[in-house]
Amino acid sequence: MTAQAKKLAPRDNGAPEYMPNLHPLMVKNYGKWKYHEKIKPGVLKHVAENGDAIYTVRAGSPRTLSADTVRKICDIADKYCDGFLRFTSRANLEFQVAKEANIKPLIDDVQKTLKFPIGGTGASISNITHTQGWMHCNLPGTDAAGSVKAMMDDLFEEFVNDDKLPARVKITTSCCQINCGGQGDIAVNIQHHHPPKIKHEGIGICEHPKVVAICPVAAIRPAFMNGKPTLEVVDEKCMYCGACHGQCPNLEIRDAQTDTLAIWVGGKASSTRGGPSFMKLATFGIPNNPPRWPEVSQALRKILEPYKKTGKPYERIGEWIERIGWKKFFEVTGFPFTKYHIDDFRYARTTFNTSTHVRL
Amino acid sequence: MSESKTPLLDDLEKGPWPSFVSDLKQLSKKKPVVSQLLGQMEQSYKDRWNYWQGTVINLKGYGGGVIARYSELQSKFPDIAEFHTIRVIPPPGWVYSTKTLRELCDISEKYSAGILQLHGMTGDALLLGSNTAKTHEAGEELMEKGWDIGGSGGALRTLACCVGMARCEMSCYDTMKTLKHLTDTFISQLHRPEFPYKFKFKLSGCANDCAASVQRSDMPIIGTWRGPMQIDQAEVGKFVDAHGADYVVENVISRCPTRCISLKGREIAVDDANCVHCMHCLNVMHKALRPGKDKGVTILLGGKRTLKIGDTMSSVLIPFMKLETEEDLNKLTELVERIWEFWTEHGLDHERVGEFIDRVGLGTFLEGVGIEPDPQMVIHPRANSYIKFEELAPGKMAGEPKKTPSVMDKEIETREAAV
Repeated sequence: MTAQAKKLAPRDNGAPEYMPNLHPLMVKNYGKWKYHEKIKPGVLKHVAENGDAIYTVRAGSPRTLSADTVRKICDIADKYCDGFLRFTSRANLEFQVAKEANIKPLIDDVQKTLKFPIGGTGASISNITHTQGWMHCNLPGTDAAGSVKAMMDDLFEEFVNDDKLPARVKITTSCCQINCGGQGDIAVNIQHHHPPKIKHEGIGICEHPKVVAICPVAAIRPAFMNGKPTLEVVDEKCMYCGACHGQCPNLEIRDAQTDTLAIWVGGKASSTRGGPSFMKLATFGIPNNPPRWPEVSQALRKILEPYKKTGKPYERIGEWIERIGWKKFFEVTGFPFTKYHIDDFRYARTTFNTSTHVRL
Repeated sequence: MSESKTPLLDDLEKGPWPSFVSDLKQLSKKKPVVSQLLGQMEQSYKDRWNYWQGTVINLKGYGGGVIARYSELQSKFPDIAEFHTIRVIPPPGWVYSTKTLRELCDISEKYSAGILQLHGMTGDALLLGSNTAKTHEAGEELMEKGWDIGGSGGALRTLACCVGMARCEMSCYDTMKTLKHLTDTFISQLHRPEFPYKFKFKLSGCANDCAASVQRSDMPIIGTWRGPMQIDQAEVGKFVDAHGADYVVENVISRCPTRCISLKGREIAVDDANCVHCMHCLNVMHKALRPGKDKGVTILLGGKRTLKIGDTMSSVLIPFMKLETEEDLNKLTELVERIWEFWTEHGLDHERVGEFIDRVGLGTFLEGVGIEPDPQMVIHPRANSYIKFEELAPGKMAGEPKKTPSVMDKEIETREAAV
């Protein structure tokens, strides 16, 4: 064994153990929980078959955290939660409290020390999922953490209360058309508006067959320029997805002058009631306007306010639109319905209305 | 006071939602490199342009898990010339003791910029801001202390699951145990990319799908039950008294997708054979209604986000299987291996398993992985009449019975895609 190899730490450790990272009450009642109830916005109570109860206090987090802030979170968990906590899939914090009396001082401490809001339960707008944006991605057309901060400032009341909406609203963001933010009741995603611009001088670093193969509409083909191999794009075929840009940075899909944001509605992951659904285009052409993206927040309000007024309990945004019809949706939001709202990609025909069911 | 170097980002310090800018500014007093990160971000805000270049660097013996970033503005911000992210596999369900979490903080400060992201959309704990040399050192210390590095590229990715049985009465199987089992069993496939493209598992204890597995993973494993739902009629009565029969009809009975639930006075009756386990009635009446006792999972396959053929939703592969014993878990890992083998053999470069199924057909895929077709896999049988019935073709034309399903030769398809 070489000296270098000897220095190497063990490999392939796998996932950390979960039992040592669970609150003792959760270890004791693992698989034996009976029911839960909401105490107030952001506070849940889970009761086990033996009568044990554990309280969960949910706090909104900016997701990007300094080590010192995480240590402050740990201090609070040590003080009130026996040294345990968890994170949710939407980057919220969950403090687990064994003693009911600890809830209030914990909340006070979270609000005072961390300045994190308590909420995100029930019919609220929970934390907005996002990834890296200009902080750490190589592909983004806009920022992630900043646009989320701006939107959550505006939607703050809907996070800390859970009686302002018919049902939960999950919002997601994506900074390119790979859309790593995922599906949501509402999504705010970047749109590109022209085929990739080819930087011929640097294209030698890319694997040309891979770039050709990744194009979903076969719009990229090999070419020669000044006797050197390069690539060319058939503009008419290209749908501006940017798949090639991830494969080769010298096919530049982004454009600071022309990229805009689009808003999508009606996505849902759970199988509750009608099953999961994909989101659909609501509006587009919203300026990519840092640092606050005010036009995005205005557009979100145009969806949320009528939803609040006419949505029924437990009815997610997609289900609400399905009930009232898309015609009504475009009326109440004021968004224009255009030819761009009609799908022209795979399965487009399955989205056409083939019945005479029309709302008149 | 000197003028702020980051006027645009400063605007994000205002408002009630906690500000990452304020936190990073505070951190920059301890870690000057962070002020250069903020400086580059400010430039991005000003220009609406990104200044990171991406590539891959690998820890010794690993084929992924480090997201390497190089600043294009390194003449202006030399300290972030190399500014990588290390993906770390977190405890299942993102549960932490403060001891565990403090260890991650210390490592992040020792080798990186002291920035943590909890967590990435795949589910990794992210440590931001190491240069190349420190990335290797951080990796060694993480692994020495029992942590492991997450996935990237054409590999199994870090798994994610809901809180499951640890704190939820709805969970129909042990998501944390299953996550640990799958991660540890397939840790080599997670560290060493050998697939056509990425493969994600997400595990949810019930159809509420808190891990968003159907849309965000190639292989969602979702808890369910068969047989009768558990009903506490005394609690049903209390619920009816508290809310009124009209509320129950409007918000529970009429929302059932198969109309299998009815209210009879102060009691509820369920046609269990017609229940599709959607969870709605249990969510509304969670004291009165609970999953049945014979629990298991439904396994789906093929979900992914937009790139590159548009979103695909996972669809049912195994309508029900038990997932409790070691034997059950082994059955699951065998199934996964069969899927990987067939997909890796016939899949094209950058082709997720859902895209692969779209290309070759679900019927062909099922034959390839040795699973019998089941009506629960489709919304309805095919409506188009162009079918190649292998058994009904005349002998000569059908040829010899095929040992392997007919997937077009990989090279030919790659060439066709390139044309």
